Amino acid sequence: MRLIAEDLACRRSGRRLFSGLSFTLKAGEALTVTGRNGAGKSSLLAILAGRLRPEAGRLTAEAVGERTIPECLHVVGHRDGLKGALTAEENLAFARDLLGAADLAPRAALARLGLAHAAGLPVAYLSAGQRRRVALARLLVCRRPLWLLDEPTAALDVASQAALAGLMRAHLAEGGLVIAATHQALELEAARELSVEAFRPTRSDVAADPFAEAV
Amino acid sequence: MGRAFLAVVARDLRLAGRIGGSGALSLVFFLMIVALVPFGLGPDLNLLARIGPGILWIAAVLATLIGLDRLFQADEEDGSLDLLSGAPAPLELLVLAKVTAHWLTTGLPLALATPLFGLLVALSPAGMAATSLTLLVGTPALTFIGAVGAALTASIRRGGLILAVVVLPLMVPTLIFGVSAAEAALGGTVPFTTPLAILGALSLAAGVVGTLAAAAALRWGE
Repeated sequence: MRLIAEDLACRRSGRRLFSGLSFTLKAGEALTVTGRNGAGKSSLLAILAGRLRPEAGRLTAEAVGERTIPECLHVVGHRDGLKGALTAEENLAFARDLLGAADLAPRAALARLGLAHAAGLPVAYLSAGQRRRVALARLLVCRRPLWLLDEPTAALDVASQAALAGLMRAHLAEGGLVIAATHQALELEAARELSVEAFRPTRSDVAADPFAEAV
Repeated sequence: MGRAFLAVVARDLRLAGRIGGSGALSLVFFLMIVALVPFGLGPDLNLLARIGPGILWIAAVLATLIGLDRLFQADEEDGSLDLLSGAPAPLELLVLAKVTAHWLTTGLPLALATPLFGLLVALSPAGMAATSLTLLVGTPALTFIGAVGAALTASIRRGGLILAVVVLPLMVPTLIFGVSAAEAALGGTVPFTTPLAILGALSLAAGVVGTLAAAAALRWGE
């Protein structure tokens, strides 16, 4: 898979967050999206996931066959899509049946993240870090080439951060793509960095666009 | 694709069973309304038997609203809706699965409990059977119409009241034909099957239109 973003622009509640943002990501490449709070990292990820329409620009994927971009990606973000009343294993089994392209069994995926003992517990009883690990285990139960991770290391302990780095490396080695919005270094040697703030409209842009609201 | 449909139905049924809540609650609410009417109108058995099917139907319409606001809102809040929209199966199919599961836990128990609750309004055995049958045929229409409102208000906090105001007028045709079918069974010039067939048609049409409209509303709300 190859993901091409051309001239993406994003406006949220009247304020333009970034414009002219372009990048190309090939198989086996990782991109870390950086920027201060509110710079538009999550908005960029939402645009890539197809959940937010960009104000301008184009997003295309090559070599994905018939699939649309949202069908080629996993998102792990703040809203984890886990049901508190279901066990970790049931949540993952549901995702596996729903998303197709089944890979690891739910228990095996949980074991990879060191959560084998929690497979039978309702997710509501798990800590924030454990919940995040269950959400990350979803990356392993279905095979999808692009991983969009929003603050993947939030609430994770050091050992789990290392495990996550290992998973991402293995995914990249298999030709996957990783885009992570993060404040922390992800221990990925080959990751390129994209600063959303570099695409913030400057004062002169604002003046040139008579319809733009004051920033 | 069928696997995704069954996965959603199974998950929602399991959630309903584990959390409890709306299914049992709407049944109790149904019982409350039906039980209140004899207190309000007095113990005139002939009057109650005559308006019984109407009372049961109005109670069923109101009871359908219970839990409807959480149909898509719960998934919207925890991000499950994003998961559903990223599935290879069309969103319409998954909406159909969710509404089916919701009907199985709310609409179906209402129809099955009707013979029991018919006792409270002095319905004859034939009247109970007829009302129960009309509810069985008609409640899918109520659930599908309600699903459109639930999808529209999915991202609105405390959207339950707006939901009721939006969907109740749309449920009027179903109510009319439901009650007239039940009353036709108790005697009258219209044969029972005519309004019942129209009721069935309403449910089928609501199944198609409701599913498409709810999926469109969810996409639009994103």
